Amino acid sequence: MSAIVTDRVPTDEQQSRPVKKPRKSKAGKTLYGGKWTYLVLIVVTVLSLFPLVWTAIAASRDNQRLAQTPPPFWFGGNLFKNLEIAWTDANMGAALWNTTIVASVSAAGTVLISTLAGFAFAKMRFRWKNFLLFFVIATMMVPPQLSVVPLYMLIAELSWTDQLQAVIMPFFVCAFGVFFMRQYLVQALPSELVEAARVDGASSWRVIWHVVFPAARPAMAVLGMLTFVQAWNDFFWPIIALTQNGNPTVQVALTGLGRGYIPDQSVIMAGALLGTLPLLLAFVVFGKQIVGGIMQGAVKG
Amino acid sequence: MVNQYETTAAPRGEGAAAPRVDKAPPSAKELKSRTWRSRRYRWDMKFSPYAMLLPFFLFFLAFGLFPLLYTGWASLHRVSLTDPNNMEWLGFKNFTRLLEDEFFWNALKNTVTIGLLSTVPQLVMALGIAHLLNYKLRGSWFFRVAVLTPYATSVAAATLVFVLLFGRDYGMINWGLGLVGIDNIDWKNGTWTSQLAVSSIVIWRWTGYNALIYLAAMQSIPNDLYESAALDGATRWQQFFHVTLPSLRPTILFTCVVSTIGATQLFGEPLLFNDGASPTGGPDHQFQTLGLYLYEQGWVNLHLGRASAIAWAMFLILLLVAAVNWLIARWLRKSEGRA
Repeated sequence: MSAIVTDRVPTDEQQSRPVKKPRKSKAGKTLYGGKWTYLVLIVVTVLSLFPLVWTAIAASRDNQRLAQTPPPFWFGGNLFKNLEIAWTDANMGAALWNTTIVASVSAAGTVLISTLAGFAFAKMRFRWKNFLLFFVIATMMVPPQLSVVPLYMLIAELSWTDQLQAVIMPFFVCAFGVFFMRQYLVQALPSELVEAARVDGASSWRVIWHVVFPAARPAMAVLGMLTFVQAWNDFFWPIIALTQNGNPTVQVALTGLGRGYIPDQSVIMAGALLGTLPLLLAFVVFGKQIVGGIMQGAVKG
Repeated sequence: MVNQYETTAAPRGEGAAAPRVDKAPPSAKELKSRTWRSRRYRWDMKFSPYAMLLPFFLFFLAFGLFPLLYTGWASLHRVSLTDPNNMEWLGFKNFTRLLEDEFFWNALKNTVTIGLLSTVPQLVMALGIAHLLNYKLRGSWFFRVAVLTPYATSVAAATLVFVLLFGRDYGMINWGLGLVGIDNIDWKNGTWTSQLAVSSIVIWRWTGYNALIYLAAMQSIPNDLYESAALDGATRWQQFFHVTLPSLRPTILFTCVVSTIGATQLFGEPLLFNDGASPTGGPDHQFQTLGLYLYEQGWVNLHLGRASAIAWAMFLILLLVAAVNWLIARWLRKSEGRA
């Protein structure tokens, strides 16, 4: 919130800048990082990236090499062979496709549902508004384990076991999303804009289409990305609702890899790499937006 | 009626918002269509908020509230996974049984220790990293994306790698420790070592994410606070402790709550850290968490009723933790006010 406020009054800062400048170098904020700052951050970066890099290294070796000390530090020549084995053994092609569908549909649905509800909570007047909002926030506390037993019975009753909608539907219960969109719309969408559209004779649905959606687009993108990552990596519920040999997502398929008598670690690593690579690529391309989104969400949420 | 009509139509004539200006007096037909329009407008105002909430609450009822309540109901019955519709009333037996169940207490203890082992270092390190990222840096975006990449790695992929890294005979970590003269550690089979290993996976995945949340909060602290502190002669450390930390208190509380919820539900890491992905949490149940125990009771031993009772116990524990969190926050605020 306060970030927005400071953004909107640049004139103040500009006027006082000449006076403040000599002092600013002492203030904690605008200090330049020194040698040690870079050193520590580089260590943190190495620690953050190392397990991922080593996944690739291990995936490019074979089982014998992984059972020797010292462990390998550089790539070997077995990467494509291992990827192929993982691909066929763990049904990775289908799993990746399933995960893509689950994550995309969950993200799109969550964004749509949350934006509608968030707008209603932010800008509309209706009865029990505060009670309902409190209710939504309270449900954020409830752990997913609490509903897992009846959910399982429910999808068994609907014969949805091993069907993707069993994993997608519970994702639409997105209290966080509703709260997130409400917080964003309260201050990003001027009430005057909604009023003006109404005065022009727009119905609520036209207001949503022509006013709310355009105004909410940045927050919708953030929520979409967060949900996508979460749905891609979700583990607890998919492992209950889907089976490894039926219709798995990537995370479910991974648990089935290398269960043989002597598990081939390099193949397991190849599978882990396959399951992670799509998201990592997205991070390379959209990293800045994702980071910005999480930080934006943090301040507003 | 007339008022309604005027409030909807009057600004039209003023022309600022609408391009069209009606000059001729309205014909009877037009009047009729306007009353229709105003009625539609009222309906729209009255019902569309509920229509907008409907999708969320429909899904919430079906996949949120109903399961929640039904878990409570199921926890009072003997229910088998193989025949879930055949329920036998047990009263509170599932719960009383839980109180005498050493595996439940063991799982609870493990959940608490792993929770502390993972949450505390994670948040402290996240604060430090955020503080460093808050400096003006070359390639600051690179560092930010880099610390967030573990967040993009799934629980499954991360745990599978860490299992190898923590391997007893050929693992990278034991090899590194060997270089400084420490004998191979059997990470998986020891109690403390296995809990430390599981915690390290959690720490690795979430530290960067929390650091970015802290960073965002740090950047929204008004600069004047630092300036006046600097004017008063506060050193950088003093600024950190007396300006940054107090301003971050809501964010810290938020991350504490979120991490606690995450720690209570810990499931994937200990499941996959075990051989063959079995939910026992090691041969001596040394890293079996409540989440794993729930899964074991429900989906391995087929006792859905007991699993439901564990789920409710977890919920109660969460409420307790939330209450403690809230009390600490209130106490901090009070003591701050006095100082």
